[in-house]
Amino acid sequence: MSFLNYLISGISLGSVYAIIALGYTMVYGIAKMLNFAHGDVIMVGAYTVFIATASAGLPTIPAIILSMIVCTALGMAIEKVAYRPLRNAASPLAVLITAIGVSYLLQNLALLIFGSNTKSFTSAVNFPAIKLAGGQLNITGETSVTILACVLIMIGLTLFINKTKPGQAMLAVSEDKGAAQLMGINVNGTIALTFAIGSALAAIAGVLLCSAYPSLTPYTGSMPGIKAFVAAVFGGIGSVPGAMIGGILLGIIEIFGKAYISSQMADAIVFAVLIVVLLVKPTGLMGKKIQEKV
Amino acid sequence: MKKTVRFASAAMAATMMLSMTAMAGETFKIGGIGPISGGAAIYGQAVMNASQMAVDEINAAGGINGYQVEFSFQDDEHDAEKSVNAYNTLKDWGMQMLLGTVTSTPCIAVSAETANDNMFQLTPSGSAVESIAPENAFRVCFSDPAQGTKSAQYIGENALATKVAVIYNSSDVYSSGIYNNFATEAANQGFELVSAEAFTEDSKTDFSVQLQKAKDAGADLVFLPIYYTEASLILTQAAGMDYAPTFFGCDGLDGILTVEGFDTALAEGVMLLTPFAADASDEMTQNFVTAYKEAYTDVPNQFAADAYDGMYAIKAAAEKAGVTPDMEVSDICEAMKTAMTEITIDGLTGTGMTWTADGEPNKAPKAVVIKDGAYTAM
Repeated sequence: MSFLNYLISGISLGSVYAIIALGYTMVYGIAKMLNFAHGDVIMVGAYTVFIATASAGLPTIPAIILSMIVCTALGMAIEKVAYRPLRNAASPLAVLITAIGVSYLLQNLALLIFGSNTKSFTSAVNFPAIKLAGGQLNITGETSVTILACVLIMIGLTLFINKTKPGQAMLAVSEDKGAAQLMGINVNGTIALTFAIGSALAAIAGVLLCSAYPSLTPYTGSMPGIKAFVAAVFGGIGSVPGAMIGGILLGIIEIFGKAYISSQMADAIVFAVLIVVLLVKPTGLMGKKIQEKV
Repeated sequence: MKKTVRFASAAMAATMMLSMTAMAGETFKIGGIGPISGGAAIYGQAVMNASQMAVDEINAAGGINGYQVEFSFQDDEHDAEKSVNAYNTLKDWGMQMLLGTVTSTPCIAVSAETANDNMFQLTPSGSAVESIAPENAFRVCFSDPAQGTKSAQYIGENALATKVAVIYNSSDVYSSGIYNNFATEAANQGFELVSAEAFTEDSKTDFSVQLQKAKDAGADLVFLPIYYTEASLILTQAAGMDYAPTFFGCDGLDGILTVEGFDTALAEGVMLLTPFAADASDEMTQNFVTAYKEAYTDVPNQFAADAYDGMYAIKAAAEKAGVTPDMEVSDICEAMKTAMTEITIDGLTGTGMTWTADGEPNKAPKAVVIKDGAYTAM
């Protein structure tokens, strides 16, 4: 029975990683850059909901929508100010370093505005826990909602990319930026849209993360952000289903590692698995190998 | 007009300076160092207030060995370097004994200085082992590892549980230090240590596995030698999985009721080992709390109690040794070092407190339980 409980904890943790990883993988797939500030956008999203519900007295759903708007605006602003001017820089490292800079900027701004005191996040999920096997198996409301949200977002994103015009434009930009521009696609607009969607997802991820693990500090987003990045690479960066599978597997590995090997070594195990996967399959589980055209 | 006022005040200041110099050699000069600004300010503020209160009481009752006591407190902002600067400022002022510093890391730096000068030092609350490494340094509070031993004894002697689980932070000295001593002492007590699970600084949000293991092992008490931030998460997650053992912590849990947005109902029944509870019913605590509230409109915390006891410990030791203000700093220290191991005092943080030559206090631990969202003495 405890095996099943661990499995459920793992899937729950993994679904949060998966939603965050979706943001990483979309931005990487289309803009070919690692947005290390993604984890901190999550933190901003969570603070927005916290302030909106605790101080402004907004109900949960409008607070989440407000937070998505704030994060979308923030994501697009970061893209416009910090990333777009560097997109054609000589070295791809420039934009990577900027991303790390933005990440620290957001953390320190939050530290300045909200202080370093931990805030306890009131769960935004109002869904009863499911008890099975006479109460021995307990699935919290947060777990059910996180898994559900994760699946819905993945299906929605896949449909969006494959069935709509802006989605097709994203695919085109991801395959060949220059050719897409020649075909009349607004590359800058498409990349801005990618950041907008990724950041809106970050707001949702922030709410779910802090509902399941209700402690909110300016550093809340950084470790889950790094783990989700690992999940995205693990599943094959650039692939939407890959991010989902990578995230959930990572969550399960982390919890099982803690449960059956050592609770201190959980992180070491997670990163060791990443190394093994990349050695065997360098593109990740679901990554496609694209032939470089000369 | 303004000028005259300035002249008058300058003249007054000069007279005061003169009278102070005249008094040198006739009063004891005791210094205090701690953070009264910055993130740890509440600790230093409490120590400063309570020390001053104790000094005023001692002076009103005739002083130490018939000599009045002067007290000066300097800010160190919980920074080791500033703490050493504050120490030098106090030395220039003519300090003969130091009641400080308040926080552990600055205390380590200052105790190296006091050892050089052979100045008697008593820290109210520096709990790291190294804080009182030199032999001229003593402390009022328990050391970090001692809290582990005392917690195990408290749980065992009061038969709080038969099966105990521990969740601790293996990447933190404070937490793992307490855990190691707890585990050692647990072997001598009438309970069984059924599970000990660690977490690290990088994975301190998900505690489902640690709690599940404690639950599967049938633990009816979970010992949490950690800080209150993680503890608030553990309490929330335990409630989510319908696991309701007794939670028991050390002074790191002090503050759990102040986490913004935390549902304090979850902390109901949590016990913590802390030397002082402001609502304890004994007469000494009641008098102290009333006087403190009158003077500073605030409920005193354990740091205030440590400092108050510390000042009375200095008085007791100075009287035992028969020191006088005209003695050399180093001679006072030598006499105080021996006297500290010979005194027994009944204070706010324990009755029958004694000290060993290495500076550690011996006293019975006290515990408080959280009831109706407030700390209540057990």
